Amino acid sequence: MTAVATSGEIKAGKASRGLAAPSWLAAWLQATPLLLILGFFFILPILTIIVVSFWDYDFAGLYPDFLTMNYADTLGSWVTWKTYLNTLKFTAITWALTLFIGFWVAYFLAFHIRTTTMQMVLFLVCTVPFLTSNIIRMISWIPVLGRNGLVNSTLIEVGIIPQPIEWLLYSDFAVVLAMVHLNTLFMVTPIFNTLMRIDRSLIEAARDCGASGWQVLWNVILPLAKPGMAIGSIFVVTLVMADFSTVQVMSGGQSASVALMMKNQMSLLQYPAAAANAVVLLVVVLLMVAAILRVVDIRKEL
Amino acid sequence: MSHETRTLEFYVLAAFFALFVLFLYGPLSAVLILSFQGPDGGLTFPLNGVSLHWFYNLFEKQAVGDFGASFRRSFTLGLMVMVVNVVVALLAGLAFRHRFRGSTALFYITVASLVVPSIIISLGIGVVFQQFGLKPAWYSSGFGAHLTWTLPFGVLIMFAVFNRFSPAYEEAARDLGATSWQTFRHVVLPMIAPSLIGVGLFGFTLSYDEFARTLMTSGTYNTLPLEIYGMTTNVTTPVLYALGTVTTLFSFTIILAALAIILVLRRRQAKAS
Repeated sequence: MTAVATSGEIKAGKASRGLAAPSWLAAWLQATPLLLILGFFFILPILTIIVVSFWDYDFAGLYPDFLTMNYADTLGSWVTWKTYLNTLKFTAITWALTLFIGFWVAYFLAFHIRTTTMQMVLFLVCTVPFLTSNIIRMISWIPVLGRNGLVNSTLIEVGIIPQPIEWLLYSDFAVVLAMVHLNTLFMVTPIFNTLMRIDRSLIEAARDCGASGWQVLWNVILPLAKPGMAIGSIFVVTLVMADFSTVQVMSGGQSASVALMMKNQMSLLQYPAAAANAVVLLVVVLLMVAAILRVVDIRKEL
Repeated sequence: MSHETRTLEFYVLAAFFALFVLFLYGPLSAVLILSFQGPDGGLTFPLNGVSLHWFYNLFEKQAVGDFGASFRRSFTLGLMVMVVNVVVALLAGLAFRHRFRGSTALFYITVASLVVPSIIISLGIGVVFQQFGLKPAWYSSGFGAHLTWTLPFGVLIMFAVFNRFSPAYEEAARDLGATSWQTFRHVVLPMIAPSLIGVGLFGFTLSYDEFARTLMTSGTYNTLPLEIYGMTTNVTTPVLYALGTVTTLFSFTIILAALAIILVLRRRQAKAS
């Protein structure tokens, strides 16, 4: 109580400082740079895309207009639907695999590694590749999966297969493998974070009440890990839905994704068509995020 | 629950974890080894002699695009993004400690910037610059595009840091008569310094490796990831691996340096208190 009183007195003594900068004004000023940057490079571009998606265009340029032609073209084309289906397929498979792998890796780190130092070291071992180039990590599968790559030559030497397997590289298999390789860390980190915050006495209590190992996992740990799984899912789903490079490089141009379709339209300077596609993709992705957010309030979880 | 089943679970999960680490690092080490391929060697094993041929090849200008110049551009851009990321994320973190009008909206805009597909932001910035008659370049439109990706990470980290930050320290400093600047400079800043290094590291490495958002915004001159992306379709020699080895080792160096600084700061703090 006395401490509060003294701090009150000092504040009163230096009232001029309190008057000069009310806290809301300071907060506004501090938030301004973020608002300006995101306003110009994020909000404005998204609004521009929405506007441009209604414009007319030809090989020479863009013409302001209000046409629904771009949307009719996009949504009326069988190719679009097939591409969306393909992208959703990649997303669903990658999501399931990264969630499974990510959960067990995080679980191992959080509950089986005893010392904090070892936990941090192993966690960093998992994190470091995430901070290196995605493209290099995609390329790194070539010597492993290629026709004369490590996997094929080993399998032939051992005598399991008579000739190289062709679908290891430049196939949907390779695309999913690379996506899991690139994105699992986005699952590990948030799940590890939530698992570390679980009160260990809850687990002890469950054990004391006679719960088996699986029952503890299923009824105590999994429900408490949900927020981490949701945040990881948001990362993985949005990254895979928007992916074009992995699909292009790892399928060798044989598979398609929505973003790759957009990229091709952009290289042909068909910006309004690409913009209509972008708006549709944006709506789909935001709906998926909203669905995941029903499970968790992220602001509470930070 | 008996002791044996627990150890069994441990060994199964340890094996799973080891496989996961192998999965992460295995292909990367294949690239590392194959970059020392002899002059006649190809893109796959076996090694056809050991040489530094492809590293020399990398630094000859004609052989593959302009590696040196694109590296310098990516490095400069990474530094620019790092500095702005640290300053803006710190300020925003301080702002979010108070409730102000629009704080929730700003928070969700920041998260949205992370969630919205990169290629859409790339297209949007490209079209905005075209409509305003501005010339896109890696240091203007590319710079902004990178910030939309790195700032959310920075702001979320600062948000988490200040969520756990006890205001008692600042109150104590103020009670001892420190001005708000002194409180910030001598109390708050040293305590959050390790996190700021982390924010800087994220800013630099995410920018250094970013390319989906750079695609439409880099203008005439390519950044390094764009250069490598172009190479994947038309380069069929181990020079690609040499480039992979060089940039990966560079990233590792940066990460280790940042971790070392964080450790030193932590230790100094532990000593002081």
